[in-house]
Amino acid sequence: MIEAGLSEFSKWLAATPLSHTIQTTGWIIPFLQTIHILSVAVVFSSAILVDLRIWRLLECDVPLPEVARRFLPTIWPVLLILLTTGSLLIVGEPRRSLLNSTFYLKMALLAFAIMLTAGLQRSMSSSPNFWDRDRARRIAARFTATVSILAWCGILFAGRWIAYTQAG
Amino acid sequence: MLQLQELISYFEDSGLADSIRENDVLFPLIESVHVLSICLVAGSILVVDLRLLGLASIHRPVGRIISGILPLTWSAFAVAVASGSLLFISNASKYLDNGYFVAKICLICVAGLNMAIFHGFSARDLLRWENNKAPPLPSRLAGGLSVLLWVSVIACGRWIGFTMQVR
Repeated sequence: MIEAGLSEFSKWLAATPLSHTIQTTGWIIPFLQTIHILSVAVVFSSAILVDLRIWRLLECDVPLPEVARRFLPTIWPVLLILLTTGSLLIVGEPRRSLLNSTFYLKMALLAFAIMLTAGLQRSMSSSPNFWDRDRARRIAARFTATVSILAWCGILFAGRWIAYTQAG
Repeated sequence: MLQLQELISYFEDSGLADSIRENDVLFPLIESVHVLSICLVAGSILVVDLRLLGLASIHRPVGRIISGILPLTWSAFAVAVASGSLLFISNASKYLDNGYFVAKICLICVAGLNMAIFHGFSARDLLRWENNKAPPLPSRLAGGLSVLLWVSVIACGRWIGFTMQVR
């Protein structure tokens, strides 16, 4: 039922003039993918740098909240570029993503990673020593950082895998 | 030249290259690791580049940024080279025929050269200016060039996928 609806929607989307332009102009898709992956690089690295700082693997001479303040806010505007380029890529090839379970896995992981990252940012901006109050907090911080690394890596893997699991 | 070709076909005909070519999971898996490490290389080097340009992390001395971030960049680069080599040997002759692949390798070498020039010359008197918001012109140029080079490397990498049938 849902799948039939998505299939219909994909068919309609693929017939729009915008989709037609994206499909028939050779450079548009690789160009959008390049912008998309560059933005992924920025978001991914920002999140990972803070996670690695939580594990005390880099920039240990700076307090964690300051590292978070330097890197995490960048994520949100770049996420808008990702949303835009990602949406245009879907308009260009609707079936590739909309009828592909890997795409929905990527979106679920993304929603989770966004909430986790926003939570981290908020916790540190409201109280700078939030993750450093006692031993339990420090362990919780490392656990959160590990989950965050795994979630972001999962998003990148799923993103690459969309190309290999698309419906025929 | 002939010896290089022999070396390349030696790797391309190896059992390892054959597995990567034929296995349905291996190629995308290595490719994912490659994308992930390239993202870390580009994203982390951007932190250094923006500092050199005087556009971000300006309250931190340049030397601290370099020693804090570059180890991550190099580790990710090592993973990118290892995974990239595995992808390369699976279809070596086809990759070498692809202009975007050759361009990508050349651009990475130029990026390395740019970095070597920065460390060898421009950063010699680093201690004198590392606290300034904007470093001297040669260092700012190194940062700007690095951004352009890594953007081009990623663009070439993506274009390889559209100009060459890998499997």
